[in-house]
Amino acid sequence: MQNVLDKVTANPKFHEFIAMRSTYSIIMAIISAAAYYGFILLVAYNKEFLATKAGAGMTMSVGVPIGVGVILFTIILTWIYVRRANTEFDATNEAIIAEAQK
Amino acid sequence: MTKFTKILAGLLALAVAGGAIAAGADLGQTAKQATNWTAIAMFAIFVGGTLYITKWAASQTKSAADFYTGGGGITGFQNGLAIAGDYMSAASFLGISGLVFANGFDGLIFSIGWLVGWPVITFLMAERLRNLGKFTFADVASYRFAQTPVRIFAASASLVIVAFYMIAQMVGAGQLIKVLFGMEYLYAEIMVGGVMLAYVLFGGMTATTWVQIIKAVMLLGGATFMALAVLYQNGFSPETLFTNAVAIHAKGDAIMGPGALIKDPISAISVGMALMFGTAGLPHILMRFFTVPNAKEARKSVAWATTWIGYFYILTFIIGFGAITNLVANPAEYYVGGEIAKGLKGGGNMAAVHLANAVGGNLFLGFISAVAFATILAVVAGLTLSGATAVSHDLYASVFNKNCTSEQELRVSKIATMCLGVLAIVLGIAFEKENVAYMVMLAFTIACSSNFPVLFMSVLWKNCTTRGAVVGGFVGLGMAVILTIGSAAVWEAVMGNPKGSAWFPYNSAALFSMSSAFFTIWLVSILDNSAQAQKERALYPAQQLRSETGLGASGASGH
Repeated sequence: MQNVLDKVTANPKFHEFIAMRSTYSIIMAIISAAAYYGFILLVAYNKEFLATKAGAGMTMSVGVPIGVGVILFTIILTWIYVRRANTEFDATNEAIIAEAQK
Repeated sequence: MTKFTKILAGLLALAVAGGAIAAGADLGQTAKQATNWTAIAMFAIFVGGTLYITKWAASQTKSAADFYTGGGGITGFQNGLAIAGDYMSAASFLGISGLVFANGFDGLIFSIGWLVGWPVITFLMAERLRNLGKFTFADVASYRFAQTPVRIFAASASLVIVAFYMIAQMVGAGQLIKVLFGMEYLYAEIMVGGVMLAYVLFGGMTATTWVQIIKAVMLLGGATFMALAVLYQNGFSPETLFTNAVAIHAKGDAIMGPGALIKDPISAISVGMALMFGTAGLPHILMRFFTVPNAKEARKSVAWATTWIGYFYILTFIIGFGAITNLVANPAEYYVGGEIAKGLKGGGNMAAVHLANAVGGNLFLGFISAVAFATILAVVAGLTLSGATAVSHDLYASVFNKNCTSEQELRVSKIATMCLGVLAIVLGIAFEKENVAYMVMLAFTIACSSNFPVLFMSVLWKNCTTRGAVVGGFVGLGMAVILTIGSAAVWEAVMGNPKGSAWFPYNSAALFSMSSAFFTIWLVSILDNSAQAQKERALYPAQQLRSETGLGASGASGH
């Protein structure tokens, strides 16, 4: 086991891989935070915009699709990450471990 | 009821609706309603069914590992539902739909805040937690650190968070039972405490998980039915629903835009931080990541949890608007004395419950009432389990008796469960007349200022040391509590100091307490040049290897 650990640690591909994955997850976290705080700042500074009607003669304000959009966006973003992590990232991870076990 | 008390109840209801905005989804004080036998019968069926499952779960719970993680064999999809069950509280169901009913769009703003913590857990925490931990998040935070101080910190922070969260739930249960079942406050405390104890004591994590899954399915199913019924009434056109609601609501078109929810941007950002990072520091949520077999399933759990919780918030928005179109049109049935000015019967948070009656009749009203009450039961069970685990695994087995057997540890966890159950009942009774509106937010603030920074820095920052983590964690915990006491919600509303005397000017302490925690962890860690600190830094690569690849992660079960 120690041998496998040493080999993985010595493998430059491992460090490249975790650096890439960390960058990816941090970017995703920043995007989701930006969506939320963007929305909150809009509420704090531009209430009129959110209350604007979504179309001529409509009752629905643009705030409704934007708000529901933030919820859907959050869900979709989560699935995009999980899909990629559970397929591509896990495959790379397993390949690196397999290489060390040879 | 005399006329005077009726008016009082009406004013109270209005105050509850208004208070919900300032303080979050809180259930507030309520007035006892007529006994609702349908609801009581439905709730009895739920309790009967879940106790039957508990009996089965008890036969599966033999070791401490079974008690903590249900054997670790729960799938990502099941765990996602259970997390959603842990997170969707009665306060969020009744409180947010009540907020939409009273103010429209503001309810949507509020609910979005409760969703933003999930991506943070998904992207930064889920798989690392699963790879490094076994039973509690303290396993993760203390991975390369001195066990005793980190465990003591983690257990203290967890128990404080559990206590505040629990009081809010127990008081909510007592208030709800009066309006939903027409029973006394005290019955709620004893019933919730007793049934919850049966789940956790005998069935451990397995029973708790299934209670949460069943509750989540019932809540999502009931809410879906109500939302569909509302959309059906309006020809499946949201635009028609909004038009009908605006036409009838006292605030008219103002319900389609933001109102008074966000006062100053600093408070808004601070509350946002508490919700965003606090979720990733709640012990009962973090604990759920150890019930799945591996990192893949841990990631799936959060994706499903996020999906269900987000879907639920969209439903509450539709339900709130549906309540406007249905209830305001029929004041004789749903308002105190038939007058809109006196508020909804049972208070502003009863919008969803009355809507259940309007769209599904008395039977469905009973169902929704039972679900709302069962919701509290499930949340309290999760909290108690995580509190008991903090005592038995983090304090007893990791600090006081490091050589204990699995049987001894299991016994201690059961004793701790008993004590927490009794404490929950006692606190629930003691806080009956208190204003507990700030407590859930305080739990989130403490979580984001203590558990989260310690977890984050210990896993992701090489130079973090025991000293840094423990000092920083306690600083965050202390700051969160002290600044919250100084805010208007506690200093004025709870402690009765004159209006305007609060010395902390914002709604939430999170921005300041969380920054202080991170800063202290950083400062104390870089100043720490002890031999222990050097050793801990040298252990980082091995920890990183395991947290990133899952090599050596503890398996599906502790057998």
